[in-house]
Amino acid sequence: MIGMDEKLSFFKDGLRLDGRLPDELRPIKVEVGVLARADGSCYMEMGDNKVIAAVYGPREVHPRHLQEVTRAIVRYRYNMASFSVEERKRPGPDRRSYEVSKVSREALEPVILTSYFPRSVVDIFVEVLQADAGTRTAGINAASVALADAGIPMKSLISSCAAGKVGGEIVLDPMKLEDNFGEADVPIAMTPAGEITLLQMDGRLSKEELKRALELAKAGCQQIYEIQRKVLVDRYSHMNEMESCDEAVAEEEI
Amino acid sequence: MSDGVMAEIRKDYLYHLMLKGERADGRALDEYREISLDTGLIRKADGSALVRLGKTQVMVGVKIQPGEPFSDTPDKGVIITNAELVPLASPNFEPGPPNEVGIELARVVDRGVRESRAIDLEALCITPGEKVWIVFIDVHILDDCGNLMDASSLGAIAALMTATVPAAQYGLGDDYPLPVKDVPVATTAVEFGDSIIFDPDTDEESVADTKLTVITTADGSICGMQKSRPGFISQDHIYRIVDIACERAKEIREKFLEV
Repeated sequence: MIGMDEKLSFFKDGLRLDGRLPDELRPIKVEVGVLARADGSCYMEMGDNKVIAAVYGPREVHPRHLQEVTRAIVRYRYNMASFSVEERKRPGPDRRSYEVSKVSREALEPVILTSYFPRSVVDIFVEVLQADAGTRTAGINAASVALADAGIPMKSLISSCAAGKVGGEIVLDPMKLEDNFGEADVPIAMTPAGEITLLQMDGRLSKEELKRALELAKAGCQQIYEIQRKVLVDRYSHMNEMESCDEAVAEEEI
Repeated sequence: MSDGVMAEIRKDYLYHLMLKGERADGRALDEYREISLDTGLIRKADGSALVRLGKTQVMVGVKIQPGEPFSDTPDKGVIITNAELVPLASPNFEPGPPNEVGIELARVVDRGVRESRAIDLEALCITPGEKVWIVFIDVHILDDCGNLMDASSLGAIAALMTATVPAAQYGLGDDYPLPVKDVPVATTAVEFGDSIIFDPDTDEESVADTKLTVITTADGSICGMQKSRPGFISQDHIYRIVDIACERAKEIREKFLEV
């Protein structure tokens, strides 16, 4: 589909169209605790992606027949705003959203200590306000921080990003332009220890290219993890000093 | 609740078997169930295939009709994949619109066909911007005894390879075989503790921590992957599954899908 000339035009002097190196992430901006009503929340920008995640729970399950006696269930709703893409998207979930919601939930569930909260639910809602390739990974990153913000016990955070193949080269964190004309896309999510919880792939890659893509995405996830960790530490280390007295009092009262 | 308790007992049983490298039905960990494939059973469809993978049965029908192209690909045909998990196929399936399992199944089958560029979509253009052939791939699960991904993917490509574009019916010239350029084959494995099991049955699927489907093309490239179930998987295991998936796919292609 892509001619040789077009392939070459994805890079200029070894840099990508937005000036990044092949193994460079887009700029990331994270804010934690951005919603008043939610138990935990996070706003995240990864390049031109803008997503917001909210966590409610653990709370009572409705409808009740969904509840599990031995653990909390986890629900994840990924939703794109109709104005988030070039051509207006019909509001509400489509088949893609259902699939993204499923794999995103399965990316986060393994680290959530669901057995602490039998018969309850942890609801995760992700709204994509602007999309530029990589919304599912941005959503997972934001959701992971929002879970921590909500105080949900977790084994670890989850960090997520994609690698892709563009103009014959494996690159980290493809943007929309690269994704549209690229040859492959491999989104992953993982724990800081490198256990993978999300893995999808479409396009065409040799085994060696797949390995390169996974290594690259892994390195990206590690960078994202540091950012997620920092934003949480920044927020809560300072709260610790301010509120530890209040908490001590509260505990005594109980 | 009994489902949960049963799952724990079953999990324990399967886990202890697995420690000895065994499975409940006696297969080796990487052994597939017997596969049978019949094509062209549905005369009213433009292409069809019935796949039996052990006791799992999947019928895939392909219908090809003229319709409007998407505005961003005015000169290309369209693929639409759908999967029906009808209640006839399992006590766990309910009537109603497709749930997320059905949607995921359809989208992974679609990914294999689309990303391998198995169908020559340019060749399915009738009048650019106005009329193209729309290929509907409908996966109908008849009996779910596990590994619907592989059975459905095999059914889809087999149905496509034997499909005819019904041009005469629409006054668009003579009928001709649907142009198929590649043969994507899906291989699914589940991870359970430290073991990897290929072609899981329903019990194995229900107790597995992680499931990975790898779709490969005729030249040994990978054209689609999907990890599902809420569990972890290591890079080493991914590579092992990819290696075996490539070998398996080659065997299946040679046995069933020779062009």
